[in-house]
Parts: sequence; C-alpha cells; structure tokens
Amino acid sequence: MKKNVNTVSQTPPLGAGGLAIIDYGAGNVQSVLFALERLGFEGNVTNDWNAIKAADKVIFPGVGEASSAMKMLEDSGLDVLIPTLKQPVLGICLGMQLMCQHSEEGNTNGLGIFDVNVVKFSNEVKVPQMGWNTIYNLKSALFDGIKENEFMYLVHSYYAPLSENTIATTNYELAYSTALQRDNFFGVQFHPEKSGIFGEQILKNFLNL
Amino acid sequence: MLTKRIIPCLDIKNGRTVKGVNFLDLKDAGDPVELAKKYAQTGADELVFLDISATEERRATLIDLVRKVAAAINIPFTVGGGIASVADVDVLLRNGADKISINSSAVKNPNLINEIAAKYGSQCVVVAIDAKQIDGDWIVHLVGGKVPTEWNLFDWAKEVEQRGAGEILFTSMNNDGTKNGFANEALAKLSEIVNIPIIASGGAGTMEHFAETFSNGKADAALAASVFHYQEIEIPALKQFLKNQNIAVRM
Repeated sequence: MKKNVNTVSQTPPLGAGGLAIIDYGAGNVQSVLFALERLGFEGNVTNDWNAIKAADKVIFPGVGEASSAMKMLEDSGLDVLIPTLKQPVLGICLGMQLMCQHSEEGNTNGLGIFDVNVVKFSNEVKVPQMGWNTIYNLKSALFDGIKENEFMYLVHSYYAPLSENTIATTNYELAYSTALQRDNFFGVQFHPEKSGIFGEQILKNFLNL
Repeated sequence: MLTKRIIPCLDIKNGRTVKGVNFLDLKDAGDPVELAKKYAQTGADELVFLDISATEERRATLIDLVRKVAAAINIPFTVGGGIASVADVDVLLRNGADKISINSSAVKNPNLINEIAAKYGSQCVVVAIDAKQIDGDWIVHLVGGKVPTEWNLFDWAKEVEQRGAGEILFTSMNNDGTKNGFANEALAKLSEIVNIPIIASGGAGTMEHFAETFSNGKADAALAASVFHYQEIEIPALKQFLKNQNIAVRM
C-alpha cells in the first residue's frame, strides 16, 4: 500500500478530537475520505455521539434522497445531535440540504439550521443539474484563495434559494445558494471532493478554520 | 453558467486499458490510473471506465482499480460494464465510483433502474443506450450493437427517465468509429423528449464535431475515446476551440 507522505509535513491543525465524518448510511463517504487523504488528513467515519461531539471538525456528507436520508438520521438520533454541535460543521450536497428547514423532496422536515426551504428546479432546465458551474459572491473564509467564478462540480435536482445565510451563489434557471453559513455551520451544494484542486482548497480551508 | 462536459472513455480489460492508448510521456500507458490522472490534470470534466473483461476474476480486479482511481483523481468518474444488480452497484460506489452506467442489464431488467435510483439516487444512474438507425428508425441494440431489441431509442429513453435514470449516454452505432461526427439529429430529438442530461457518444473525429454536437445536437456532454488516447485532439486545445465558438466550457 502507498503511504501518504504528506501526513507528517502537513500536520493538520486539528486537536485531539480530530475530524469526524458523520456516517448515517447515506452518501459516498469514500470520495470524501480519498480527497482528505490527498490533502494529508484522516477522517473518522462514525455515528458515535461522543466521537462526533468531541471532534474538532465535522463533515456531514450525503447523496441520495432527502426523506430516506432524514429517516436514517432520525433512526440514529443524529438529527438531535447535529444542530447542537459547537465546532465547525460542513454539510456537503444532500448534507447541506438536510441542514435547511424543509425540502420539497419527499416533503421532508430538515434540521432547521439554515432558515431556508429547499425546492426543485422547474422543467425549464434539465434536471438534475449535472456538471461544472461557477460560484460567485463568495463571502466566507471557506473561500480563501478561491477567485470569483471558479468552477465547481454539481449534481442536484433541488436547490436552496438565496437567503441571509447565502455565502456563495450559482446560476441555474435562477440565482440560488450554492453555499450557506450560519455561525459554526457551513453547507456547500457542490462537491468539493470532486471539484479539482479548487474544491480541495475549500476542504482545506474548512479544516483550517 | 453550467458548462458542456468533455469526457474521455477508457476501455478496461483485467485492470488494464485495452485500446487506442498512445501517450508518449506516460511510463505505463496501459495503466488506467496513470491515464486517469493525466486526463484529470489536462482538463477532462469527467471520466468513464468501461470494463469489458470477461473472466471470473474481473470483479475483484475492477473493484481494486476503482479504488485506485478514486484515490488518485479529483474529478467525477463513472464505471460501466457487467453491472447487473444493486449489489454490483453497492460495491463500486463504496469503493469510490461516483456514478455507474448500465446498458444491457437495464433492457433485460428495467426495474434495476428504479432499484438503484431508489437506493442511491438518480444522480449516480447513467443508462447507456446503443442504437442503430435502420430504415429511418433508431433501434436499441445490445452486446455492442450485435443484438437488436424491440425498443425504439426515443421510447426507451423516456422509459429510463421515468424509472429514475439521472443521465443518458447515447452511442450511435452508425457513427461509432467513423470519425464523421456525432448523430446530432437523434441527439437533439432526445434532448427534446427527455429532461435529463444527454451524453453524446460515437463519431468524434475533429474539434468541429464537438462544437456541432453541443450546438446542433444540444448535447450536455460529449464522450470520446480514440481521438483523445491517440492525442489527435488535446483537451485544452479542444476547450479553447469551443470557447472561441461561444460554447460554455470549464477552462
């Protein structure tokens, strides 16, 4: 097996709690893990309350369908834990959508962290939006070193409209929130783990918060 | 603005690339991981790996390859070939594939599309359709175009969309290998009748062909193999060309 030679020279600024990646049965956790590995970080994939609470950073991934993913969160009680977390939390794709008030997908009540309701794109455009689109109006340390209109990889049928929590915008049918932030909670609609070197930079920025 | 995607396709047999690979500056041009990295670095928007091996050990070899590719590249990739069950999908996704592509197995068991979409979401289900135009009708074919089915291309496309496919990869058997351009008329019609993204495949020979399939064929992405593998077309030059034609691409 190839050893990750960056681990020592690029010691992550994470404390003893490390990085927890929430495991609730939904989502392509492996892609996130590989991206972190390329950056010299390790993640602890877990659904353990104590491990998640003690972590210095938490990533909340997710792909798939909203109502069944929410059901899995509820089954493990993580729906109660996540909104109470105090450390930086990053929701990715469906993870971000579940952090909102509600999703039109499966008429799902979310975690209510971001004060916005997720709705579906209309048939005026192809659904899902699939591919590389630009992000702009960047308003967070999450985007340090990222220039306006950089490309990110997106795959989604539902979107969060613009709100006071919006920290990045993308246009598809209309201008919508491609990233959200409230206090210690961050959410990105795009996949930083699949968005080339600039996506990796965003992951790194999160880990350095 | 959402950009048009350029997708190199690598045919894999027993964990190695099989044809049309001719990069002089690679130590091992048969190594799919090396090639994948090369394509990711030079601006490919996604990659497709098509497993065409037929041995018993193929699954394990493929899974090992998927893991190595996923560890090495930072763009999305799709794996196709021989996927016939939800269990097949599960192991590929767990090892880092972003999407899977099904073809014959979807025709034989259309419910497979519903099952995969329900479990993992439509975004990871690509249905590949090989079709041949016979007396004006586009007929869906299996086994690399050898076996005709009862399905008309457009009816089958609607069917797979309704069942939860997130994307269609349409290969025209009439155009494949000709280097005379993509089947733009059929592609444009596909884009009219379904509302999911369409990947054009079969017929790429020149940069103009890509421009035509995006403008006239209304394709959302274009896939090709040999023109990229033999470096007849370099991806950075292709993207610059498309940009000059006012086609939105990621530079």
